Formats: sequence, C-alpha cells, structure tokens
Amino acid sequence: MGIEQFEIQMIASVVAAACAIPGVFLVLRRMAMMSDAISHAILLGIVLAFFVVEDISSPILIIGAALSGVLTVSLVELLNRTRLVKEDASIGLVFPVLFSIGVILIARYAWSVHLDVHAVLLGELAFAPFDRLLLFGHDLGPKSLYVMGTVLALNILFISVFYKELKLATFDAGLAAALGFSPGLIHYGLMSLVSVTAVGAFDAVGSILVVALMIAPPAAAYLLTDNLTKMIVISVILGVLSSISGFWLAILLDANIAGAMATMAGVLFVLVFLFSPQRGIIAIARRRSRQRWEFAGKMLAIHLLNHEGTEDEEHESQIEHLEENLRWKEKFAERVVEFAEDKGLILVNGSRLVLTNQGREHAKQSISDD
Amino acid sequence: MSINAIEVEDLTVAYKEKPVLWDIDLTVPEGVLMAIVGPNGAGKTTLIKAILNLVNTAAGQVKIYGKSSSDQRRLVGYVPQRGSVDWDFPTSVKDVVMMGRYGALGWIKRPGKKEQDLAIQALDKVGMSQFADRQISQLSGGQQQRVFLARALVQDAQIYLMDEPFQGVDATTERAIVSLLQELRASGKTVVVVHHDLQTVPEYFDWTTLLNVRLIASGPVKEVFTEDNLRLTYGGRVSFLKQNNGNGISDLDQKTG
Amino acid sequence: MEVSALINDLFFDYTLRTVALGSAVLGIVSGALGSYAVLRKQSLLGDAMSHAALPGIAIAFLLTGSKQSLILILGAAIAGWIGTLFVMSIVRSTRIKFDSALGLVLSVFFGFGLVLLTIIQKRPDATQAGLDKFLFGQAAALLERDVITMGVLGAIAILTMMVFWKEFKLLSFDADFGATLGFPMRLLDILLTTLIVLAIVLGLQTVGVVLMSAMVVAPAAAARQWTDRLGTMVLLSSIFGAIAGIVGALLSSSIDRLPTGPTIVLCISVIVILSLFFAPARGLFWNWLRERKNRGRLHVEAVLEGLYSLALSHENLEHPHSVAVLRLIGSGKGGVEKSLRKLEEQGLVKSTNTDEWALTNAGINQVRKLAKNREGNN
Repeated sequence: MGIEQFEIQMIASVVAAACAIPGVFLVLRRMAMMSDAISHAILLGIVLAFFVVEDISSPILIIGAALSGVLTVSLVELLNRTRLVKEDASIGLVFPVLFSIGVILIARYAWSVHLDVHAVLLGELAFAPFDRLLLFGHDLGPKSLYVMGTVLALNILFISVFYKELKLATFDAGLAAALGFSPGLIHYGLMSLVSVTAVGAFDAVGSILVVALMIAPPAAAYLLTDNLTKMIVISVILGVLSSISGFWLAILLDANIAGAMATMAGVLFVLVFLFSPQRGIIAIARRRSRQRWEFAGKMLAIHLLNHEGTEDEEHESQIEHLEENLRWKEKFAERVVEFAEDKGLILVNGSRLVLTNQGREHAKQSISDD
Repeated sequence: MSINAIEVEDLTVAYKEKPVLWDIDLTVPEGVLMAIVGPNGAGKTTLIKAILNLVNTAAGQVKIYGKSSSDQRRLVGYVPQRGSVDWDFPTSVKDVVMMGRYGALGWIKRPGKKEQDLAIQALDKVGMSQFADRQISQLSGGQQQRVFLARALVQDAQIYLMDEPFQGVDATTERAIVSLLQELRASGKTVVVVHHDLQTVPEYFDWTTLLNVRLIASGPVKEVFTEDNLRLTYGGRVSFLKQNNGNGISDLDQKTG
Repeated sequence: MEVSALINDLFFDYTLRTVALGSAVLGIVSGALGSYAVLRKQSLLGDAMSHAALPGIAIAFLLTGSKQSLILILGAAIAGWIGTLFVMSIVRSTRIKFDSALGLVLSVFFGFGLVLLTIIQKRPDATQAGLDKFLFGQAAALLERDVITMGVLGAIAILTMMVFWKEFKLLSFDADFGATLGFPMRLLDILLTTLIVLAIVLGLQTVGVVLMSAMVVAPAAAARQWTDRLGTMVLLSSIFGAIAGIVGALLSSSIDRLPTGPTIVLCISVIVILSLFFAPARGLFWNWLRERKNRGRLHVEAVLEGLYSLALSHENLEHPHSVAVLRLIGSGKGGVEKSLRKLEEQGLVKSTNTDEWALTNAGINQVRKLAKNREGNN
C-alpha cells in the first residue's frame, strides 16, 4: 500500500468518525434529512465566502459554509412557523433553492477555479493527499487530515461536554425543557456541528458521502444496541469499516472513491439489517416463528378455557371445530394440537381436546399477563 | 329470535406477537344502540377495525348478517376517529360527504347531481348544510365530527360503526349526535359506538360491551353495566361514588388508567 | 436576446422548441402528480426516488448499450421503485424511522450510481459524457425523440390520474374509509406511487437527479396557497411547473454556462415565494397588512377610550383634555395625535380652541357600543 493510499484511508476514516457522531443524534431525533439539506446548502456558503476572500483555501470558507448551514435550518424553521406548508415540504423547498444558487454561481463565475460542480457531489478524495499542510517548510501531511481531525476533535468535545443534555433532549424534550435545558439551543448547536462537519468533509468527499456516513452507520448501530454510548462507538466503527472497504472496492473497480464508500456503508447496513442478533430480519423471523407456536398454543388453551363448563363446550373442543372457529388450516391445527400436547397443556380424548390442569393454569396466567 | 347484525367468533388480533384482542366472542343483535367501553389499550378501536376487515387477524372470523364481512361492505358505515385524517386537505365539506357514495358509484365514475343532492340531505340531517362549500380546515371539532357522520349516513347502511364520535365535541353537538343515533336505531339500524365516557352510557345506549383485550361482558346495559363488571374491566382503577340511582346502577367516577 | 426574436425562435428554432416542449411536459407532469406526494406528506420520498434512479440509469446503459430515453427512463423507474420498496421495508420491519430510511437509500443508491458512472467512464466506448447530464440536467441536449417519449409517457400518467381521480382523492384523504367501501387501497397506493416515480424519472434528463425532487414539491406547495380545491390545486400546480420549466429551460439554453436544473428550480422557487406572500387569503403579505390595520384600529380605540376614562372624573363627559395628559395615561402609546386626527375625521372627537380634545356625542356612544361588544364576545 502506497503512502498516498494509506493517507486516503486515514482521511476517510477520520471523516467517517467525525460524521458518525452527530449522525447518531440526527437519526435519533428524526432529523436525518437535515443532513441532506445542509450538505447541499453549504455549497452556497462556500461560494459566497469564496467571492469575499477569493482564496480557495481560506478558513473563511468554512465559516461561510457553517453559516449557510444554520441559515438553512433557520429558513426551514421559519417556513414551518408560517404553517403554510407541511414540515417535510419545508425541507424539500429550502435546500434546492440555496443549492441551485450555489451551482449557478459556480458555473457562471468560478468555473475557472478549483470549485467544480462535480466536486461538490463527489469530492476529490483521490487528490486529497496532494494538498499538504505546510508549516515552517515542514510537510505535516495532507491538509484534509488536519482539518477533519480538528472537526472530529470538536465533535467529540461537544458530545462529551453536552452528553447529558443531548441525551435528555433527544429522548424527552419536554423534561429537558422543564429542567431548563433549552432544546432550541441544543438543536441549533447540533445543526451547527453538522454544518461544520459537512463543510470540513466537503472538500475531500463531497456532499453525498457525508450524508451516507451520517446516516447509514448510525442507523445500523441503532439495530445493534439500546445504549447511546455503544451506539456512538459502533457507528464510528462501522463508518471506518465503510471507508476502508469502500476504498478497496474503488481500487478494485477503478471507480469513484466517495461513491464506493457510500455503497459499502449501504452494504454494511444491509448486513446488519439481515443479521443483527436482536433486530435483524432473520432473527425476527425466527423469533416470530417460535412465538407463533407458543401463541397458538396459548390461544388454544384460552379457547378451551373460555368454553369450559358452557353448553357448547362439547362442540367447541372438537378438533375439526378448531379449523372452523379459529380459522386454522387443517395442517396447522394438527400441529398446534401436537405442540400443545407435547407441552402438556392438553389431552387428546378421541376427537375432543381437554385442558389439563397445567393447561388451565397456563391459560389463566396468559390472560392475567395483560 | 332476532337477527344478529354482527357475529364475532374467536377473534384474536395481535400486533408483533402481543395480543390486542384475545378470543373475542361477540353477538350484536339487529337494532341496538351499543357502546363499547374499556380502558386505554383495551382494543376497542382494533375491534371496530377487525369487524371492518381493516386489520389482519390472528384467528377468528366476523359475520355480518350471516355472511363474511368483505361481502357485506355495502351494509356497513364507518365513522373513524376525527384525528385519523389531515383536515388541511384541500376539499370541501360537501366533497367529503360525497365520498360516502364512492362505493355505490363503483370504479372511475365521478359523483354527479344525484350524489350532490344526497350529500346535502345528509348534511341537513346533521345540521351542517350551510357549511357545504366550506373548506374543512375551517371547521371546529364538533363540526368535523358531524361531517364524518354525514359521510356515513349518505351510505344508507344498515350497520354503523363509530369510533369515539363524542371525543372533544361541545355539549350541543353531543346532544345532536345522540338524538341522531337514537333516530337511526328507531328506524331499525344497528349502531355500535366506541365510547369513552362511562357516565353517559346508561343514558345514551341500550346495549354495551365491556372490553379489555378480552371480552368481559356484553348485553343490555341494565344487565351488564354493573359495578363488578366495571371493576373487572378497569382492573380496580375505577373509584366509586356509592350512590345508587333508581336503576340500581352505581354512579361512577372513572379514572382512566 | 430580444423578446420578439426569442418568441420567433421558440417556434422555428428546433433546439429551443424542443427544449421548451420538453420542459413544459416535465413541469406539467411533475406539478400534477407532485400534488399527491405533497398532500400525502411524501415530499422527501421524491428526493429519495430521484437519487435512487441514478444507478438504474447506469445499469440500463450497461445492459443495453443504448442511451435512448425510453430505456434509460425504464431503468430509472425500476431503480426508483426499488428504492421506495427499500425505504418502506426498512420502516416496516425495524425501528428505524422514515426520515433515516430516506436519507440512507438516497445517499447509498446515489453513491452506487456514481460508482457505476465512473466505471462506465473508463470503458473504451467512452460515451459516458451523455450520462453525466443526469446529474444536473441538460435541457439543451434534448432531442425531439426524447420529447415525444416524455410526452407520451406523461400523457399516460396524467390520463391515469384523471381516470382514477376520485379513487386517488380517497386514497390521499382517508385510505381506511376507502377500504371499508371496498376499494383495494393497497393496489391504488402502488398505482399512485408508480405514477409519481414516472413523473420523477421523466424529468431527470432536464433537471437532473439532484434537483428533480424540487419539481415534485415546489409547484404543488405554491399551488396550495391559491386554492382549497384539489382539482384547482392540481391544475395550478401543472401550470406553475410548466411555466418554471419553460422559462428556466429557455434561459438556460440562451445564456452561457447556466445549467438547466438549477435555473428551473430558481424559477419555481420564485413562484413559490410569490405565492407564499401574495396569494389571497393565506398570503403572508396580506396577513401583515391586516395586522397593521388591526393594530392601527386598536390604537385609535385605545385613545378614544382613554379620553372617555379621563372624562369620567368630570361631570361633563365632553370635558376636554390635552394631548399630554392622554399620553400620560398611556393610551395608544405614541401616535396619539395621529389617532386623534383620525377620530376627528370620524366625528368622534372635537378639538377645542385651547388645543385640547373632547369627545363628541357620537364619540361617547361609540365608546359605549365598543364596551357592549366586548362583553358580548366574552
């Protein structure tokens, strides 16, 4: 692995880690699409800042972009408050305008410079190693690494300091407000963090990967754990995995690196979606299947209990009758009877079913369990 | 022997393996005005929806006048909870009521003069005809409820299933709705209502079903609406004012759990 | 470019005519069907669908080697549909919410599409340049053949919408109720979603993947401000979409380095802003005016009542008081003189020769009437 390849993976991993942290809260607070909106809208901030300072590598650009991120959020909020459009439409109205203005400005006035419309979406991760940070004539490494490293540190700092408040505001906004934590401040703080992260990552990986890294790893982590801290850690790990595996995929296919990383983030999500021990599809299907029999057994016991001692008991406890009343197919009914008999809940008496004492207790308990 | 409008047998509905309704056996004779009561989460709305075939059932079946419910849709009118639609939708009161005739119109055919007239008639019955062209977002809660009622009336059904029609309406509207329901019953229709206010059950309804995931009791109010049954239904979370009125039914102060 | 020359070109210049027609079709179809997306709170689903379409376009090209509109549109539509199914199945089977599922599908599918695009670029038959235009749209590259395809498909979509008009209205307003009437609501849902996917993929060539979602949301959002009837809303939405499409595409074709997608989006956004502010009844501008008038009126009333309360301490209700005193008791903070003049015009007060102001008979009656009204309202 060449040094450049190593550096690219380093940068991408740092980006992934930095994105995962605010991403967790976006997913939990149902603001995932704001990442999409912000990452598109910051283009405008970058372009305007560029017009002011005319220096492509000025840090003012980051400030300009971060401001436009906050602008986006504010505009969406403003639009919501007019109550003239619904919440989801507000987001869909605001960011396309800002983004379009940005794209037009670039196409018209900045096309000769480094800012390219494609880079906006894709980033230029392949070129990142070549943009070095030079301090006193010493090559300290790729600039992107330091920029994103700073952002990552910032994110970690913010989350650590405000961990309690973020946790509370995310899970119980009402209580948070009652305790005096301004949920509005936390909201804007989080959005600023998202903006800064998106800006920092922009140059290297473009807006699409930012969105993918902010949502896919945390979403997958959400299916793996119930603990907030663990969710953050797992998101970071999954993000880094996406970056590294995505890089090698891009090498293999000779394709766009950022796109490959986004793809791998998706692939990892799908794997978790399928195989997560508790919440994966396969686990759920297996559990459902097992529960189906238990459930059906319970229903049978309760059904028998309900009709015990009534005048239609004889009728209701016939095996054929199960199909009629409970609408169970013949095969299914037979298997339930077998299952229930195995568990000692019922006795088969010719064509009738009788509850055992154990079965009766089981039925009564199931009822009072509710 | 009277005809049964609705027959529910061994109905069980589960959501993600948690039971919402367990093994419900229920018979609703024709021509009654019935209240379904029970605490929050008792499955009342689910029962209505199951009768209407709107939810998947784990077991059991529903018969409307002896036939499966999907064959008898013409005979059943549904009044859902007010909060189940977005009242900002761009449409007028009359338009919403006309939706009740879509079933009779069948596919593709658009509502015409006949449907408009029927809609106005129904709006008249609920006292909303002057609002016919009003945008629905401009209605109060009671008015919204009446629009939903009119929409069901215009179907000219035999059975009416209503989900909390008295929730959040003013006293005048409540009285108007009650008298409308009693009119329906007088004309031989069957009306089943999910009701949240225990106080008014004996006054408004002649039959009642007490539900808490399982069926606790069902039958004429005088027989079934007893302290014991209510205690079973609400699990001891009901506090009683032990004042017997003349009917021998205690006044209750209901605290929902 | 002179307007008359532009209009002339519109009819006789092949490119301009094609571009204008194509954009008009796009605007009409996305405006009309977008109304349903917006009303069903699926605005952002359009965003996911359009981003998800990118890999579909690339795969369609890889499989057939053809860049014909119809093939690419088909690929885009299938991918858009798959994306939607992904979103729905994630929401249905896990605790992940709708917005996260949307963002996930959007970014991952799009990233995958980019990967495919760059792979295509490396092929010996480097004709990828054509597929590139799907990112931001390139109206100038529209062929007459493309417009015909769009027109036919668009017409089918609109026709279907009109045929099932009442069914779709039912689906969007109260799907449960529709089910109780016997309509197969799930099938109708699939049909409507298919139409929306179609509306989106029709516009991808012109507006591009990134911004197409705006064309599904903005025209409908603007139209909603002007009417309370579904039919009118759909119609207006189509018109707005068409206008933005045509104007945007024309501007983009005639001015250098102006990509089509963003230009069209700017046009429709202008329409949205104008609608939000100036639509009758709901418009923010009219609200602001109304509030100003109200404030003015309350102001004047406060001064009138201030005079009355001062006069009460005298035997004669027409006892005059100076402006300074009125200001002191704080009635109608600031602008007391202006209010007094207004009241004078209405004959409710009169000025004395000592520069003081007093109530007239009419004024006294007015105060009493106001008080009674207030009681009545409580």
